[in-house]
Amino acid sequence: MELSKTLLLVGGTSDIGRATALHYAKAGWHVQLAARNEEEARRNADDIRARTGAEVTVHRIDILETSDFDSLASSLPTLPDTVVCVVGELGDQAKGQIDIAHASLVLRTNFEGPALLLGFFAERFLARGSGTLVGVSSVAGDRGRGSNYLYGAAKAGFTAFLSGLRNRLAPKGLRVVTVKPGFVRTQMTAGMKLPPVLTAAPGEVGRAIFTAAEKSGRDVIYVRPVWLPVMMVIGSIPERFFKRLRL
Amino acid sequence: MASRTGLVARGNGRAYGDAAIGERVTLMTRGFDRIRGFDQRTGRIQVEAGVLLSDLLDIVVPKGIFPPVVPGTKFVTIGGMIASDVRGKNHHRDGGFGDYVESLTLALPDGGVVTCSRDENPELLSATIGGMGLTGTILDATFHLRPIETGWMRQTTTVARNLDGAIRALQETSRATYSVTWIDCLARGASLGRSLIFAAEHADRRDVEALRPGAEPYPTSRLGRLGVPLDLPSFALNRLSVSIFNELYFRAGAVKSGYPFLVHWNPYFFPLDGIGNWNRIYGREGFLQYQCVIPTLQAQAVLGSIIERVSKHGNASFLAVLKQLGSSHGDLSFPLEGFTLTLDLPVSDDVFPLLDELDRFVVEAGGRLYLAKDARQLPATFEAGYPGLPRFRDLRRAIGATGRISSRLSVRLGI
Repeated sequence: MELSKTLLLVGGTSDIGRATALHYAKAGWHVQLAARNEEEARRNADDIRARTGAEVTVHRIDILETSDFDSLASSLPTLPDTVVCVVGELGDQAKGQIDIAHASLVLRTNFEGPALLLGFFAERFLARGSGTLVGVSSVAGDRGRGSNYLYGAAKAGFTAFLSGLRNRLAPKGLRVVTVKPGFVRTQMTAGMKLPPVLTAAPGEVGRAIFTAAEKSGRDVIYVRPVWLPVMMVIGSIPERFFKRLRL
Repeated sequence: MASRTGLVARGNGRAYGDAAIGERVTLMTRGFDRIRGFDQRTGRIQVEAGVLLSDLLDIVVPKGIFPPVVPGTKFVTIGGMIASDVRGKNHHRDGGFGDYVESLTLALPDGGVVTCSRDENPELLSATIGGMGLTGTILDATFHLRPIETGWMRQTTTVARNLDGAIRALQETSRATYSVTWIDCLARGASLGRSLIFAAEHADRRDVEALRPGAEPYPTSRLGRLGVPLDLPSFALNRLSVSIFNELYFRAGAVKSGYPFLVHWNPYFFPLDGIGNWNRIYGREGFLQYQCVIPTLQAQAVLGSIIERVSKHGNASFLAVLKQLGSSHGDLSFPLEGFTLTLDLPVSDDVFPLLDELDRFVVEAGGRLYLAKDARQLPATFEAGYPGLPRFRDLRRAIGATGRISSRLSVRLGI
């Protein structure tokens, strides 16, 4: 039997993180779950272990404490084959407009932290000569909208970072995958009214990530294909009309 | 939670009445859906209260393991199964689900979290099993599952021409692990209570080899395709349509009687789960489910009167099920040694007086109604049926649950 590969899932208490880790575990992978709240991550680790029999370890990480990335890496039993970062924080747009600390938190949690973390592992993967990096970005990063441009701008930055990283690593045989889930029914969107056709379950995102990262070899995916035409339309509206839309 | 009052936990919302609707606040528990530990060798499992039975079955059945007790639908949470002390077709032999709970974690009204087991807080355990969520919120539970050799059931159908025959057949099949009776509630006269008795065992490998050579030991389920897309008009279920259905169902069952055959575990245990939104056949007015238990000695006579009454009534009961029950251990657990009858009745103005009349038969016989299905019994009916009630009330007072943990059901019945 082929030796099991290892996934590092950063954001191990989120619904998308749980579903993604479970999907990898079902496919026979070892799982390293990293999260800020270890206790919560342990719930998910127990669950994945009980459901699949996979080896699951739990690691503490705060995506904003970039100086701790080294100690995270040294706490891992092995350098993973794939890193998936699902960390994100929708934040409160209205609050961020007047509260710089909150705006900074949204920008750093969605861009700086995830980008630097994947960049950090990119150097280790380069040294080893193999590895796949997956960043969960957002359709909100495709075009800034009045209702969530702090989040959107950070995701746009993250998308650009992933694109650049992919461009640099591809010749070395390393993969970088950008995932834009669209709406997902999770804790982050609890209580929101979401259009059913455009809204995925966390399990769909987990499956889409696994397929793109480990099977199909695609670089940029929308979890639900319907988002591609939707975002093409949104992207093609001239700015002089777009700026007057309430979005 | 301590600051909230009038609160009750809700599982997957499959109670038929008002048990899982808080007086003021309803606590959704489906987010507590993690399995915390599973030892495949011993079958011991620890799960959070919001884990669905269907989810659990998907995980354990392919590994040759099955829950000790399953109710008639798998779309229930483990927390709900404990709070209602659910039972299955094996209660006469194996008891209720609550009997298998080794320990559980309970969030009390004061915010404290305690472990309940046979050794630790045993009074709280017996109040919580069957306690309809009124002792606090169940957070997780540990119990044992059982080994099975295949995912098939070896079923034998027996035909009973009337109610006496049905009760006799149920007693004769009481050595079978699982046993349940479907009654034709529209048959009258000499055929009153004509029935099909479905007895079954988990099939072992030899059974499968003998009855369906070459079949997969753990067949995948092909259910869940059918669905009722909209509310049917209220005239769809009438005496004629139901009696035609019953006649066909009875004949189809009778053809298969006498010799054993294999069925998949899913349709055997959860026949209605295969039809999405089956409740819509009752139309916008909906239906009431009525489940009573009558002690063994009076069962024949009293159930006879009840079925006769229902069969004379214009209101067609689409589903009528008879099962044998053993004793139970929770303060408010439903089962007692006897026979339980379940009826589905479309809601109409005259169904309520009918059920009041049936209640009088039940009370007189020393029986009781199942709380998870009740939406309309009177406090007096409830009090007469549940001798553990004073102890339960005392315990609620002692832990500060009175007035703080309350559902529409507990308010309606004065629990």
